[in-house]
Amino acid sequence: MEDKNFFEKYQAYVEAKTPKTKSFPTLIYAYLVGGLICMLGQGIYDSLLAIFPTMTTEEANAWMLIGLIFLASLLTGLGVYDRIGIFAGAGSVVPITGFSNSIASPAIEYKKEGIIYGLCVKMFSIAGPVIVNGLAISIIIGIIYLFL
Amino acid sequence: MASKKCGKQTIKFTNPVNIISSYSIVGEKEGQGNFKEYYDYILKDDKFGEKTFEHAERKLIEHSIVHAIERAHLNIDDIDLMLAGDLLNQITSSSFTARQLKTSFVGLYGACSTMAESLAVGACMIDGNFFNNVVCATGSHFSSAERQYRFPLELGNQRPPTSQWTVTGAGCTILSNRSMRKCNQITMATFGKVTDYGITDVNNMGAAMAPAACDTIIAHFEDTKTTPDDYDLILTGDLGKLGSELFMDLMEHNGYKLGKNYNDCGQMIFDNNQKTYQGGSGAGCSAAVINSYVMKKLEKGEIKSVLFAATGALLSSTSSQQGDSIPGICHAVVIKRSE
Repeated sequence: MEDKNFFEKYQAYVEAKTPKTKSFPTLIYAYLVGGLICMLGQGIYDSLLAIFPTMTTEEANAWMLIGLIFLASLLTGLGVYDRIGIFAGAGSVVPITGFSNSIASPAIEYKKEGIIYGLCVKMFSIAGPVIVNGLAISIIIGIIYLFL
Repeated sequence: MASKKCGKQTIKFTNPVNIISSYSIVGEKEGQGNFKEYYDYILKDDKFGEKTFEHAERKLIEHSIVHAIERAHLNIDDIDLMLAGDLLNQITSSSFTARQLKTSFVGLYGACSTMAESLAVGACMIDGNFFNNVVCATGSHFSSAERQYRFPLELGNQRPPTSQWTVTGAGCTILSNRSMRKCNQITMATFGKVTDYGITDVNNMGAAMAPAACDTIIAHFEDTKTTPDDYDLILTGDLGKLGSELFMDLMEHNGYKLGKNYNDCGQMIFDNNQKTYQGGSGAGCSAAVINSYVMKKLEKGEIKSVLFAATGALLSSTSSQQGDSIPGICHAVVIKRSE
């Protein structure tokens, strides 16, 4: 009975029986929370421009990002962000706050293994691929740009 | 001398292997689950007063062993051998506990099947008259397992619907040849084969382990010429809800229809409202259930015989990252109330 065919049949049968994440209502939650985070960013940006009339749009943009990153790290440290994540899914992963959470959470987690080998080494264990891909793609685009 | 081996994989013990004491300890979440009134100790603090989760796991195992020994009215010097294992790399929780207890130690690794594995090996040691008192223990901790196998605790990710919740808990059983008037005994043990049907999804352990459970339990029935109806309770380790359904289908496919006397520790341990998806898992899951609910049910005489088949997934994060499928194992022991 243990031939290849049987294994394939078992895998197909497991696949059919396995419950999948439902798109409804998870998509709605992700949309709502993701939208709220973006609204918060827009709010910070607009307020900065209103409070400091001399501020350029680039500066306001940078401060807004810093604000969101700080807020997400703080919420990660307080143990709130993972709860938002359980509810929101991609809604709280995709915005820059998710990136902040993916660096802050291993930093907290691996601090016990020491500052250098724990915190510093493991800090990018989740965000690492994003950074590597970001760098690699920007180099490729830079080279293409050079010849254009 | 007649062989104790029965069939291909099973051993029938001829000398009594008495369970003289058992102890269970679980975390707070487990303490709100279905067996809250059966556990001996429920943690209020997930870290058990320690600095790290790994230290807490160690303390869980040590606590369960120390209190099981105390309950058996023994001293640590009376223990001839400690059989223990856990899920962490190099089974440090168990060996560091053994360092504390200063007793002969054999480390076992059967992933979540370690409780049944230690009981089976321990029973052989007692039946063979090699030792008088053997400690069998295992445990796991949700947070240390998450750290090792999955993601940091504070990461805002979602768990897939097939995932199971690693149980924070430990259990200890003391096996002895000391004569007792009435006690729970281990009468048979079936050692399982590593079985792999090619499942690669690390979030679907139940599907990976169900074939192993099926293989061992069928081997047990064939070796001992028993049927599912001969047991008051057939209990698999931690297949979870989905895994149990797959297991029952596989058994039926092989001509064994399991009835109401079948259940699964992972499926039973948590309340449905606790949002663990498929239920509990981890070495501590079956260890806590068998050393609380099952032993007490046997003591009260509400059930008389249990086929306890703990299942384990023998993967590592490296093997799964390299694309290997998940091998499963299952060991079974029969626990009966002595007449």
